[in-house]
Amino acid sequence: MITALIILPTIAGLLALIIRPNAPRRALLLVTATAHAGLTAFSWISGASPALSGWLMLDGPGILFLGITSVLFLAASVYAVGYLSHEEKGKRSDFEEGVGFINAPEKVFTGALLFFLATMTLVAASQHFGLLWVAVEATTLASAPLIYFHRHHRSLEATWKYLLICSVGIALALLGNFFLAVAAAAHDGSSTSLVLSDLLRQGPHFNIPWLRAAFLFLLVGYGTKMGLAPMHTWLPDAHSEAPSVVSALLSGALLNCAFLGILRAQQVLGAAGQGAFGRELLLVFGLLSMAVAAVFILSQADYKRMLAYSSVEHMGILSLGIGLGGSGTFGSLLHAVNHSLTKAMLFLVAGNIVTAFRTKQSGEISGMLRVLPVSGGLWLMGFLAITGSPPFGPFLSEFTILKAAADTGNGMAAVIYLSLLALIFIGMMTAALRMTQGLPEGTTGEARRTEGVLSIASPLALGILVLVLGLYVPPPLRDVVREAARVVGG
Amino acid sequence: METLIDSVMVVILLSNLLLLGSSRLAACIRIVATQGIILGILPLLSSEGEITIRVVLLAAWSIALKGMVFPWLLNRAIRDASVRREVEPFVGYTTSLLLGSAALAVSLWAGLRLPLPPAAVHSSLTVPVALFTIMTGLFVICSRRKALNQVLGYLALENGIYIFGVAFVQKAPLLVELGILLDVFVAVFVMGIMIFHINREFDHIDTDQLSTLKE
Repeated sequence: MITALIILPTIAGLLALIIRPNAPRRALLLVTATAHAGLTAFSWISGASPALSGWLMLDGPGILFLGITSVLFLAASVYAVGYLSHEEKGKRSDFEEGVGFINAPEKVFTGALLFFLATMTLVAASQHFGLLWVAVEATTLASAPLIYFHRHHRSLEATWKYLLICSVGIALALLGNFFLAVAAAAHDGSSTSLVLSDLLRQGPHFNIPWLRAAFLFLLVGYGTKMGLAPMHTWLPDAHSEAPSVVSALLSGALLNCAFLGILRAQQVLGAAGQGAFGRELLLVFGLLSMAVAAVFILSQADYKRMLAYSSVEHMGILSLGIGLGGSGTFGSLLHAVNHSLTKAMLFLVAGNIVTAFRTKQSGEISGMLRVLPVSGGLWLMGFLAITGSPPFGPFLSEFTILKAAADTGNGMAAVIYLSLLALIFIGMMTAALRMTQGLPEGTTGEARRTEGVLSIASPLALGILVLVLGLYVPPPLRDVVREAARVVGG
Repeated sequence: METLIDSVMVVILLSNLLLLGSSRLAACIRIVATQGIILGILPLLSSEGEITIRVVLLAAWSIALKGMVFPWLLNRAIRDASVRREVEPFVGYTTSLLLGSAALAVSLWAGLRLPLPPAAVHSSLTVPVALFTIMTGLFVICSRRKALNQVLGYLALENGIYIFGVAFVQKAPLLVELGILLDVFVAVFVMGIMIFHINREFDHIDTDQLSTLKE
């Protein structure tokens, strides 16, 4: 089952590189996404047996993150079909600076998209630290061509930064893996495998200084990929320059994959009785990321960059939740689900806005509720949800984390957390209200009034999920999140 | 064996200093390739007599990749991009070398004091040299203007981490080693393609021109 989940998109990706006509290739994308979601749902309900002598296994966190990835990919692929069919062909000029550019070939885009799914699935299923590293690096390489879809100098710059900063970061995580191997080696020189269950069984017999060093390197390495401040510098560029459908996947699915790497490291620390060391670091990185994001959100004129910084903020919240421990772990994992769904929806809607208004400046848009009623409504709702307003999903999980802060006696963290959330609420809602309310003026009035079914279906479905999750968490999801929180510990 | 490994380490150490002081791109590519070849031999020396087919195959592949494929790819990137062949650093060569010496001193000091599991160490120089190579790689990435140099810095960083891996993780599973090599290969390949595009877009590969995206 697990092998099928990984091999299916790989083969589809190879096929996509060969198929020349557009229609069957787009159909292939849809079919693969649907099949992947179906297989994932089946594994979610009835479990999946381990493969590759225990190296691939879907434990609690694994199936949770695989589920998120698969749902988002399905939504994104429906959207992508509409997006690709509306992209103009040939050389055209860019609306921001007027520079001429062309698109990357569509078959490369589709192929990379499918490889991206395969590598993210591998991350979710990896139980061996080495394999996990290989998979995370592979996600970077598969997604780089996606960011460089519109071939102009800004996306080139974003891709280069993404490639180099993430590769260097992940190289440091490899050093962390080696440190982990040193920490796990017994004093007589015999070594332990880096399979998670073996490491957990090792328990208190770790060499503690090396284990701590290993955690630091893994945190910095995977933290770079996850977008924790101060290693987040590539993130706003990549997320704002990539096509919106790619940004949705980068933000909703890929950042979680890197987070999973950190969770695995935290699991090992917990087994060695060093959980508090890791939690302290995660708490600090979490609050720092939120603070950095708040500063940049308040002065942000570009709405796609604003969404990107909001991702930095939410990665901070995830890290903070794990850092607090207790019910914060549950809150953090639930928040991963809520953030992914909401953020993916917002990026997809942002794609509709870019297409209709041909600008990324929030100050140049007004009256969206009149021009694009569905997208405008979803935009407003999404901003309310992502800033933690009731009755949406993120409110519930952010509140759980706040409660965890109070329960564990971290009063100071709770105060900082709340004030940063308030600042970000003000910054983001100001932009959202300015864009949606009022009358369409100036360039806005000439906007193309296009809201195709394919461009609305996915964000609408995700929006409904976000609303439902705010009103009630379905038992199958709650059980998996609980199981994941138990596995992560704290 | 001890002396042999020690001398390999000294060669790598010197190659790092050379990398910091070289002004020509082609020379830098050769230096990093040489590092790669020497590191490919390292597992053969440190496996303490038991040279299995697995060790030989891995060494052969690693040498082929780092010693032949990468230099070929990067040299091609220079030729296609017809870039000026000087490094053009942000930080001058003399300063680079001075900073490099300082980094070497720090690595030696730190490397000799780390509490290491006794059986794994083959030479007292492995950890300092690994640390020094990692620092050199990071420094080259930050201080050089050309995209190609940043790739070379990334490769040096990777080499440093590899030294550490060879010294301490003797029994890394084959799948993981192959995966790591494959990832590095694809990374360099993709970076090579991006260099080509950077050149086509800007007519040069200086990354200080990549500065539109900022707050």
